[in-house]
Amino acid sequence: MTTTPRWRALTHHHLFWPVAVLVILLLVNVPFTPDFFAIKMTDGHLYGSLVSIVLFGSPLILVAVGMTLVIATGGIDLSVGAVVAITGALTCSYISDQADQSALSGVFLALGIGLAAAIVCGLWNGFLVARMGIQPIIATLIIMVAGRGVAQLITDGQIITVNSEPYKLIGGGYWLTLPFSIFIVAAVVAVTVAITRRTALGLLVESVGGNAEASRLVGIRSMRIKIMVYVFCALCAGIAGLMISSNTSAADGNNAGLWIELDAILAVVIGGTSLLGGRFSIGGTVVGALVIQTLTTTIYTIGVPTQTNLVFKAAVVIIVCLMQSPKFRAKVFGAKFGGKRAAVPAPAETAPAAEASPKMEVS
Amino acid sequence: MAEPLPVLEMTGIVKEFPGVRALSGVDFRLFPGEIHALLGENGAGKSTLIKVLTGVHSLDGGTITLSGTTVRFASPSQAQQAGVSTVYQEVNLCPNLSVAENIFIGREPTRFGRIQWKRLRREAAELVDRLGLDIDVTAPLSSYPLAVQQLVAIVRSVGTGDADGQGAGTKVLILDEPTSSLDRDEVLELFALMRRLKDEGVAILFVSHFLDQIYEVCDRMTVLRNGTLVGEHMVRDLDQVGLVQLMIGKALDQLEELHDQQLHSDVGELLLKADGLGRVGGIAPFDLEIKKGEVIGLAGLLGSGRTELARLLFGADHPDSGKLTIGGKQVSMSAPNDAIAAGVAFCSENRKTEGLVPDLTVRENIILALQATRGWTRPIPVAQRDELVAKYIKALDIRPANPEARVGQLSGGNQQKVLLARWLITQPKLLILDEPTRGIDIGAKAEIQKLVVSLSEEGMAVLYIAAELEEVLRLSHTIGVLRDRKLVAQLANGPEITTTRILETIASGEHQ
Repeated sequence: MTTTPRWRALTHHHLFWPVAVLVILLLVNVPFTPDFFAIKMTDGHLYGSLVSIVLFGSPLILVAVGMTLVIATGGIDLSVGAVVAITGALTCSYISDQADQSALSGVFLALGIGLAAAIVCGLWNGFLVARMGIQPIIATLIIMVAGRGVAQLITDGQIITVNSEPYKLIGGGYWLTLPFSIFIVAAVVAVTVAITRRTALGLLVESVGGNAEASRLVGIRSMRIKIMVYVFCALCAGIAGLMISSNTSAADGNNAGLWIELDAILAVVIGGTSLLGGRFSIGGTVVGALVIQTLTTTIYTIGVPTQTNLVFKAAVVIIVCLMQSPKFRAKVFGAKFGGKRAAVPAPAETAPAAEASPKMEVS
Repeated sequence: MAEPLPVLEMTGIVKEFPGVRALSGVDFRLFPGEIHALLGENGAGKSTLIKVLTGVHSLDGGTITLSGTTVRFASPSQAQQAGVSTVYQEVNLCPNLSVAENIFIGREPTRFGRIQWKRLRREAAELVDRLGLDIDVTAPLSSYPLAVQQLVAIVRSVGTGDADGQGAGTKVLILDEPTSSLDRDEVLELFALMRRLKDEGVAILFVSHFLDQIYEVCDRMTVLRNGTLVGEHMVRDLDQVGLVQLMIGKALDQLEELHDQQLHSDVGELLLKADGLGRVGGIAPFDLEIKKGEVIGLAGLLGSGRTELARLLFGADHPDSGKLTIGGKQVSMSAPNDAIAAGVAFCSENRKTEGLVPDLTVRENIILALQATRGWTRPIPVAQRDELVAKYIKALDIRPANPEARVGQLSGGNQQKVLLARWLITQPKLLILDEPTRGIDIGAKAEIQKLVVSLSEEGMAVLYIAAELEEVLRLSHTIGVLRDRKLVAQLANGPEITTTRILETIASGEHQ
C-alpha cells in the first residue's frame, strides 16, 4: 500500500470505501460463476447478473434514497416497509376492480391513489416528528406497525393478483433493452440530486441535521424541511411499492417490503451518511443499496444454505461496517504496519477527557 | 495583629488539564473560626481549587497543610475522614430516609453488627439541637423543603465522626454555592447555622455569586482570576467596587486613557423599542431604545442577564411580557425568523452549539442565514454566492481563505469571523454580538472591534455584549448595566463615564 498524495485523495474520497466493498463483493462471485460479468442479449433484452442486481435492487435503492434525506435531518423512518405494502395493496386492489385492467386511464388513476396514500403516510410522520416533537423512531414506528394492518384490511388479508400489461411494465417490463425499473430509479435519483443540490434544500437539510439549534437561530424553518423529507421518503417508498407489486403482479400486504426499512438504513450507513445527521450522499446511498443487493445475490450464487444465509449476511455487514470505521482501520492497520498509525486510537480515547476538562474548570 | 495559625494552608497549588492551566501557583489559607469567601468569575478556578483540596482532582504541584501536617487526599471520603467536608449546591441525600438516618448514613453506631437505632436518633437529635435547628429527626427528609434539606446536609457533614468517636470532627466546611436556590429567609437561617459553626471553631469556605451575601456573612475573602491568586483581603477592608475590579481584573487607571476614543458618529432615528420586555427566570422586564447607528454596550457580571436580554430581542427565547417594536412596527417574536425578517441578527456567545454547523464548509456557513431568508426554492446564484463569500472572506480576513474548508477546523477567531460574515451578508439593521471577542486572539479582537465602529458609522445599530469593560466603554454610545438579571441603568457614554462609574453601578445596582 503506497501513500502517494493521489492514493490518499482517492482513499479519502467519501465514496471510496462503499465502492471498494461493492467491487470486492462482485469479485467474490467470479470463482463461483465464471461468467458473472457477462451480459447477453436475448429477445432484445439484456440479461446478466449485473442487470439482475440493479433490477432486484431497484426498490431498495428508491427506499434508501428517501431514507437518506430523513437521516440527514437527524431522523429515521421505520415506516417505509409498511408504506410499500399499503401502496401496492391500494393500487392493485383498484386495478383488480376494473373491468379492463389494462386500460391506461385506470392504471394511472390507480398509481395516483397509491402514491397519494404514501404521501399521506409521509405527512403523518412529518407532522408527528416536526410539529409534535416526537422522537422519529417512535413516530414512524406507528405506521410501521399499524400500516401492515391497514394493507391487510385493503386486501382483505388476501394476496390480490392483477393482470395488467401497463402495470406490469413498472417492475417487470423492459424498455430500450433494459428493465424499465432501472429507468425509474435513474429518474428518481437524478431528480433527488437535482432538488437537493440545484436548490438550497440539501444545504438546509444538512444544516438542520448538523446543528438543529444553530439552524433555528439562523432562521431556517426546520419544521417545513422535516415534513418535506418525510413526505419525500414516503413517496420513494410508495414508488418502490408499485415496483414490487408490479414485478409479481400481486399485492401481498403481509410480506411486500418486509424489513426493507432495515436494509435501507443499512444502505444509507454503508453509503457514508451518519445516523447523527448532517452531511449526506445520495451517490453513496445508491452504492450502499447495490452492496446489499449484491450480497443477497452472492449468497445465492455461492450456495450458502438457506437456513444460514441471514447469519452469513450479518457477518458480511459487520465486516463492512468495521471496514468503514476509521477507528477500527487505525487499530488493525496500525497493529499491522506499526509506526505512527498505532498511536491513533489513543488520542481518540483520551479525547472525551480533554473535552471534559475545561468544563471542570468552569465553576 | 497577631493571627492564629491557619487550620488549612494551600501553597503554590498547580493544576493542569490537557491544554488548560486551571490553577497556577495559588496560595490559600483558612483560619479556624472564620467564614472565608472564595471569589472569582466563572472559570477563575474556584471549583478546581475546591476539588483539588477535597481529593476529587489530583494535585500537579504545591502543598496542602491541614493542622500543621502535610496532606494529600486521594478521594473526598479521605478528606472527610481528615475533617474536610463539602456541601454542594445539589443535596446528595436520600429523601426517603429519615433525617437521623441521613445524618449518620454510612457511619451508623452499631453494636454486634446491629444498628443502634435509639442511639442514632438520640445523637442526631442532640446534634441538631446543638446547632440550634428545629428539625424532627425521625421525619423523612422529603417532608422538609429544599432549604432544610441543605441544612441537614451541613449537619451531616459537621457530624462526621461523632457517632463512634472515630475521625477528627469537621475542621473545614466547604459550602459551594449553597444559597443559589434559597429565598431570603432560608438564606438567613443558613447564615445563622454558619455563624454557630464558626463560633464552634469550624473554618468555613463559602462560595457564592451573590456579593451582598459575602459582605453579610464573611470575614475574609480570597479572589481568583484566570487560575491565579489576585489577593486575600479582610472583607471590611475592601468595598464592593474594589472587589468587582479585582474579579474582572481591570485597574482603573489602565482604562482612563481609553476615554478619548469615544465614538463621534451621530446616531439616527429610533430603530427598536422594547417596552417592559421580560421573561421569568431570564431577565426582569426592561425598557430599551436603540437608534440607527447606535452601539449599545451591555455591562454586568456573568449571569447578570446580558445574554438573556439579547435573546429576547432576537426571539431566540419567548418573552412572557412586554412588546417589541422594530422600525415602527410591532414584531411578534415567536421565532428568530420574525426577528431576522425585521432586520435583527444575532451572533451567539456559544459559537459551537448555537452558531456554526461544524460539518459544513466555510462557504455554506456564511450563506446560511441569507439562504434561510430566501427559502429552499431560491438558491443564491452560484456566481453571486461565490462573489459574496469571497468578498467577506477577504474583508474579514478569514483564514484559511478557502471557502471549501470545514468550519469546524478553523481557529476560534476565524470561526467568529465566519459567523459575523454570515450575518453581515444579510445586511441587518441591528447586529447583536454576544461576547464576540471571547476566546479569540488579540489581533482578531481588535479587528472585530474596528469592524463594529465602521458598521455603526454606516448606520447599523449594534448591541455589544462583552465581559471586558474596556471594550464596552470604547465602542458604546450607551451602556446598559445589568445586575442580578435586571437592567439597572442606562448610561450615555461621555467623558464623565468611567469604568469606575460602571463598576460602581454594577456593584451598587443603582443609577447614581
